[in-house]
Amino acid sequence: MTLKLTTGVAVFALTAGAASAQEVRVYNWSDYIDEDLLTQFEEETGIDLIYDVFDSNEVLETKMLAGSSGYDVVVPTGTFLQRQIQAGAFQKLDTEQLPNLDNMWDVIEERTATYDPGNEYSINYMWGTTGIGVNVGRVQEILGEDAPLTSWDLVFDPANMEQLAECGVHFLDAPAEMIPAALNYLGEDPDSHDPEVIARASEGFEPIRPYIQKFHSSEYINALANGDICVAVGWSGDILQARDRAAEAGNGVEIAYNAPDEGAQMWFDQMAIPVDAPNPEAAHTFLNFIMDAENMAQASNYVYYANGNEASQEYLNEDVIGDPAIYPSEAALDNLFTTTPYPPRVQRDVTRLWTAIKSGV
Amino acid sequence: MRRLVLIAVPYIWLLALFLVPFIIVLKISLSDIALAIPPYTPTLDLSGGWSAIRDFFGALDFENFVFLTTDDLYWRAYLSSLRIAAISTLITLAIGYPIAYAMARSAPEWRPTLLMLVILPFWTSFLIRVYSWMGILSSEGVLNQFLIGIGLIDTPLQILSTNIAVYIGIVYTYLPFMILPIYATLEKMDESLLEAAEDLGCSRLSAFWLVTIPLSKGGIIAGCFLVFIPAIGEFVIPSLLGGSDTLMIGKVLWEEFFSNRDWPVASAVAIVLLLILIVPIVLFQRNEQKAREAEG
Repeated sequence: MTLKLTTGVAVFALTAGAASAQEVRVYNWSDYIDEDLLTQFEEETGIDLIYDVFDSNEVLETKMLAGSSGYDVVVPTGTFLQRQIQAGAFQKLDTEQLPNLDNMWDVIEERTATYDPGNEYSINYMWGTTGIGVNVGRVQEILGEDAPLTSWDLVFDPANMEQLAECGVHFLDAPAEMIPAALNYLGEDPDSHDPEVIARASEGFEPIRPYIQKFHSSEYINALANGDICVAVGWSGDILQARDRAAEAGNGVEIAYNAPDEGAQMWFDQMAIPVDAPNPEAAHTFLNFIMDAENMAQASNYVYYANGNEASQEYLNEDVIGDPAIYPSEAALDNLFTTTPYPPRVQRDVTRLWTAIKSGV
Repeated sequence: MRRLVLIAVPYIWLLALFLVPFIIVLKISLSDIALAIPPYTPTLDLSGGWSAIRDFFGALDFENFVFLTTDDLYWRAYLSSLRIAAISTLITLAIGYPIAYAMARSAPEWRPTLLMLVILPFWTSFLIRVYSWMGILSSEGVLNQFLIGIGLIDTPLQILSTNIAVYIGIVYTYLPFMILPIYATLEKMDESLLEAAEDLGCSRLSAFWLVTIPLSKGGIIAGCFLVFIPAIGEFVIPSLLGGSDTLMIGKVLWEEFFSNRDWPVASAVAIVLLLILIVPIVLFQRNEQKAREAEG
């Protein structure tokens, strides 16, 4: 009965004002979609799309935990998704409304099931690695032709960093990724939840801290592309976007991305529907639209991130599917590690350690 | 009756915009962190009757405030914020006073235009103005390009992402709040007092020190508080212009709230900040009252 009633109201609303009848509010990472797709979605479905962006998981998570965010689709990273599912922030997906689920790639689904068992709450949007972006010309000018561009030595060896400091080095302001990177470099388990092991990360950062200009999670795209900085530890696609922007600007800056040989973190950004989404039906429509093979390929071709959509691969440009920095080979995939969320007590230690690393206090 | 309504208006304002939010934050600061929506416990469920209310109050404690004393991060951040706010206030005063003075001494027909120029920056979003400072101060930015262009320096100065950039940002943003109250007192000043001082043998400089400054004291104090108080809790300016080692309580609060998801501790940090701010606010209030009494 209630269902009929709401359907009736919806039909009435549709006839009353076609434009504002339905809207879907999407909250995604900044610089993370081809905006043509957004207009395409509106044209195809008649649903108004309100698209909003963030640049840190923490901001998204706070909105989710506060409740009533007003968003219909959000895009947390796997580790954060797992915790938010436990807090009851998301609703299970209605697979009947998502016929394009068939397009998804089992290689990725197997991995995302660590965070979202059975992939009941989320679909993969993009995945990538956390590695090093360099301004090739500047770095080779400073460190010589044999600069270790594909090794963590580039940024964790103080001898290199001391020289690189003059041209600017940025690190992500994301403890959940930078601390595992340091632990991995030191030969520890990057996914350790043992506070004593985690504390060792400061040994990795202490000698190089004076040479790090800034910890920030989005500024490095422009800074790398403009030549303001010459090294950034950041997310694969962001650095590849910087590479493209520099090429478009024709300013002579050549950017390269590498997931270092010693191992790099692999992460997954998952689309999910908040438990209190105002319009879950439109949210499903949006997810299904995104999972369309051609649409997903268009998004990946634009942002230079790999996606979890196997059917999209035939529509991907050669410089995306053929680039091992984006779609690593089977062997390289084995070299990537994933992490799991920290329990609250350990999370506090991690944040505190990160503050200590950044500010020395 | 009309008087009563008139008196009630500011109190309703105070109740709705200060007291109620304060009590909510105070309550969260006494709660415990939880993995839930909202991320703390206990939450008040009035349908449970008296026993639920009693349980609710029983679960509150001061644990989070005790926690703040166990880590020197917090008091260091408070001190660093106080220092940055104090230095910025002094710089703002040093720049703002001459501007206000020049405005008050300019030809009367010019004053509305000059006043307009001081207020004009508010027409652009605060965020955009801070962002444009990033463009000015960055190593490839306008300032460095200019200095290199005129041959003053060879390598770009590192200003962005340092405390210097934070001072520039705060001074720039809050300058109008310093100029306006000082201008208001200087404009009201009776210039014949200066003539009298000179007649009595004062040099122009000592007349300025002995007459103008004391008479504009009210404006100076008001301006200083209007800059100092919001500057302590400033978050946007240090996070956009500051470096990773810029330690301010606004950033610590952000981290407690967003990175640790620990709303109770974040609320405790906010309550302590408020307590620190109460001292200057009370001083400010007293100063205003004295000024009013002196006038009356």
